[in-house]
Amino acid sequence: MRNVLFVLTTVTVIALAFWAYNQHYATQKVLSETDRLHREIREAHARLAVLRAEWAYLNRPDRLRDLVDINFDQLGLLPLRADQFGHVDEVSYPASEPLTITNAVEVSGTLPQAEVNRP
Amino acid sequence: MIRTPLRPLARILPARAAGESPCGIERENLRQRHKHMHDKMRQRAEGRLLVLGVFFLFAFAVVGARMGMLATSDPVEPRASAQGAAISAARADIVDRNGSLLATNFETHALYAETLHMVDPQAAAKGLVTVFPDLKSEDLLEDFTGERKFIWIKRTISPEQMQAVHDIGEPGLLFGPRDMRLYPNGTLAAHVLGGASFGEEDVRAAEVIGVAGVERYFDTYLRDPANGQKPLQLSLDLTVQAAVERVLLGGMKIMNAKGATSVLMDAHSGEVISVVSLPHFDPNSRPAPAIKGDQSESPLFNRSVQGVYELGSTFKIFAAAQAIDLGLVSPLTVIDTKGPMRVGGYSIGEFRNKNYGDLTVSDIIAKSSNRGTGRMALEIGPERQQDFLRSLGFFEPTSFEISEARRGTPLLPKRWTELSAVTISYGHGLSASPMHLAAAYAAIANGGIAVKPTILKQDFLPTGKRVMREGTASAARAMLRKVVTEGTASMGDVPGYSVGGKTGTADKPKPSGGYYDEKVITTFATIFPSHDPKYVLVVTLDEPVETSGDKPRRTAGWTAVPVAAEIIGRVAPLLGLRPTVEPNNLADITMVSSN
Repeated sequence: MRNVLFVLTTVTVIALAFWAYNQHYATQKVLSETDRLHREIREAHARLAVLRAEWAYLNRPDRLRDLVDINFDQLGLLPLRADQFGHVDEVSYPASEPLTITNAVEVSGTLPQAEVNRP
Repeated sequence: MIRTPLRPLARILPARAAGESPCGIERENLRQRHKHMHDKMRQRAEGRLLVLGVFFLFAFAVVGARMGMLATSDPVEPRASAQGAAISAARADIVDRNGSLLATNFETHALYAETLHMVDPQAAAKGLVTVFPDLKSEDLLEDFTGERKFIWIKRTISPEQMQAVHDIGEPGLLFGPRDMRLYPNGTLAAHVLGGASFGEEDVRAAEVIGVAGVERYFDTYLRDPANGQKPLQLSLDLTVQAAVERVLLGGMKIMNAKGATSVLMDAHSGEVISVVSLPHFDPNSRPAPAIKGDQSESPLFNRSVQGVYELGSTFKIFAAAQAIDLGLVSPLTVIDTKGPMRVGGYSIGEFRNKNYGDLTVSDIIAKSSNRGTGRMALEIGPERQQDFLRSLGFFEPTSFEISEARRGTPLLPKRWTELSAVTISYGHGLSASPMHLAAAYAAIANGGIAVKPTILKQDFLPTGKRVMREGTASAARAMLRKVVTEGTASMGDVPGYSVGGKTGTADKPKPSGGYYDEKVITTFATIFPSHDPKYVLVVTLDEPVETSGDKPRRTAGWTAVPVAAEIIGRVAPLLGLRPTVEPNNLADITMVSSN
């Protein structure tokens, strides 16, 4: 009985040691993965900041104004003025689409051929 | 264990037979038994002490070893904990009221040299000059071969320049990472943003500090790592600001002015939607402050908050409003504006020595009569006038949150005599910034509540102190409207936006005393739409001359007013204001919808 207990304890200790060893390496792996992700996030943040700055730089009012001037013949954009405001009454309703007829039922009869040909 | 009996028969019987007392045997046995028990207990106690001793030794050894490890190892961030996304070393961004970027950071590198590691200083100096043409080869060579071991060469360089320096192949040229402050919109809102520069510099990092404008005022907030992801949101509107700058720059050139400034403010919240001061500068490469000469000529000078000017007749509405508020007059009260009028030994004259005769209060404002407002100021008296102007904020620098605003202290007369009261009623003798004027006009526009100008977007409407009755403000607005429809600002009308405002033309004071004859500061302070004002606009031009006519014209009606009208025409649609028909004469008409 006692020997069985000894053997069981030893086996348990070995099993636990094995488990702890595995856990340790799994943790190390996850940590290095986390490090990699953090680094990626940092890099992405830096990239995002650069892109945001570039976006703001490309959308600066001076540049947009120049682009509007250069492309006036295509865009025809002018500064917004008071006379460009309209009233809702001035907007015409869209033309209503004709009803599409499905499952038409013929209500007028066709004349027999002989009657049509009769003068 | 077999216990030894205390009186073993084997020994007692022979003892009895020998006639000895068996008690001796029992005592001896008892003694031995006690000794045995004593030894056993002692042994056990000693064993326990040993175990305890070993345990403590082990514990102390562990603590000692841990202390030693902590003392000798390098500190590391706990890797397993979640990364604090809210913590950021970078300076917080600045955005406008719609979230458009006004200031951000850019990762660049600084270039420095360590002469001890240099292989070929001559080639390095030659190579650097080809990359940076502004450097001098001789100076570099002198630095590289001199006593110094460490030299900063460039504070920020672009990735292309960095690659070019790499290509020189000199191991003594090294790079340090730098966060550079970037203003993507260039000169836009330069005076508000101010600028930033490097504070403490190290090879690995440098602190970015704000040197002017909001960058300086909110330096602590912007540098706080906890605010790294929370940009500072200003009340400025990028689009409106760009439009105003453009129009004002054009107006300044047409009117031959040497400087111009404008303030566009939300009349209810005090939020400044746009503030421009021309000439301006690029905060990305902020010029050095002027060491000699007049600071107010420098592009760094912010005319809207630092420039305190006598703002001329724009002040007349305050005298009229206060007189109405105190019940001294109504807009229809007739006041004699005939000369001569002498106060404190000085004669009060009109513009070009005109004589308007009897005028109603409303016409005094429309025609801008000095003697008319002077008479009202005498009725009000200097004390009450001071109290009123103080409540409008004319006695201290504005609360506008840029670092320069603290320097815009209004200039007040040393003794507030009756003469001061009269001259101040038409805007002479008291110098204030255009920002002060905009805040005071906002009080008239919003129905009599004092507002504090602010550059931060407000989530709630601030509650200010009431400085005049609502009826007074409404009467003042009607008078301001009349200035545009019938008075001195006839060019200020913008169809659809019913502009109301007051012109002001003030002679510039000479530094030596007295006034220039041909140099003026013209101001147009407006509220729009006048029947339900949402915004206040103040436009000030410095030394404008309008030369389209036979002789040069310098009054505000010919200079500041058309510029302000153009600004309103451009900006009001951008602010989402629909052009409306003034509801003045429609009071009796019932609107009926057709069909």
